[in-house]
Amino acid sequence: MTPPRFAEVAEGDQLPTTEYRVTRADLVRYAGASGDFNPIHWNGRFAREVGLPDVIAHGMLTMALAGRAVTDWVGDPGAVLDYGVRFTRPVVVPDDEAGAVVEVTGKVARKLEDNVVKITLTARFQGQTVLGGANALVRLA
Amino acid sequence: MPLDESFIGRAFPTMPVWEVGREKIREFADAIGDDNPIYRDPEAARAAGHPDVIAPPTFAVILALRAHDVVIADPELGLDYSRVVHGDQRFTHHRPVRAGDRLVASAHVDDIRTRAGNDFLSMRAEITTEDGERVCTSRATLVARGTAADAEEGVPA
Repeated sequence: MTPPRFAEVAEGDQLPTTEYRVTRADLVRYAGASGDFNPIHWNGRFAREVGLPDVIAHGMLTMALAGRAVTDWVGDPGAVLDYGVRFTRPVVVPDDEAGAVVEVTGKVARKLEDNVVKITLTARFQGQTVLGGANALVRLA
Repeated sequence: MPLDESFIGRAFPTMPVWEVGREKIREFADAIGDDNPIYRDPEAARAAGHPDVIAPPTFAVILALRAHDVVIADPELGLDYSRVVHGDQRFTHHRPVRAGDRLVASAHVDDIRTRAGNDFLSMRAEITTEDGERVCTSRATLVARGTAADAEEGVPA
């Protein structure tokens, strides 16, 4: 895909919508890669004991998946200057092969100075948003 | 248990050097299911103008977690880690993290608040090279959830 150019993008442009499937195995892999071994992300018994419905995905994994919508669009991940999210609802990951599906949409919210665009992202799980205030600043060519 | 608000404004000692390896970047990219060649292939990275493979935008969480662990583990703070979920996260990249970087991180406690029975701990990790070049600023809020009856904010992940 040809990288988007600042001159050619417009406020309101949509990024491609993507669905990401997250299984328990993905959470174990992410725990190892990130170093976040909080048992709420892999131990259902522990998660329920602390009042969660079941094992929940690392918020950081959801953030990373939503970030892929941006880096897939821009091509060079080094173009991402700033990326922030709030975690508003948990992504509960069942102990089965189907896992949880997170749908990510994004759009060009603002064109700023120095070829920087602000991307706003929406991530949904079971029809509800799981990220709030999810924005990335990206410098385009 | 309320958190010790005297921690607000406190800066913690810089962590030991953590060297970014190509294979760690590949492992992290695999874990987020991202096959972007700029994370994996030095030639592709150089073609995009980088000296070596770079890391995904959320990779710096590895260093931020290590820095935050020092704060969280301080018994004086009074944080019950079994009740902790992640409230928000932001990375400001001064430049991309790349293979070969020798990074250090230091944690700062920016704020402590209580709302609806939950404790909110806002921390920052300043990530630089060992020579002091700024690479990334990570900001995170951890939420220690109160009783379920009070947890009106939902259950952040």
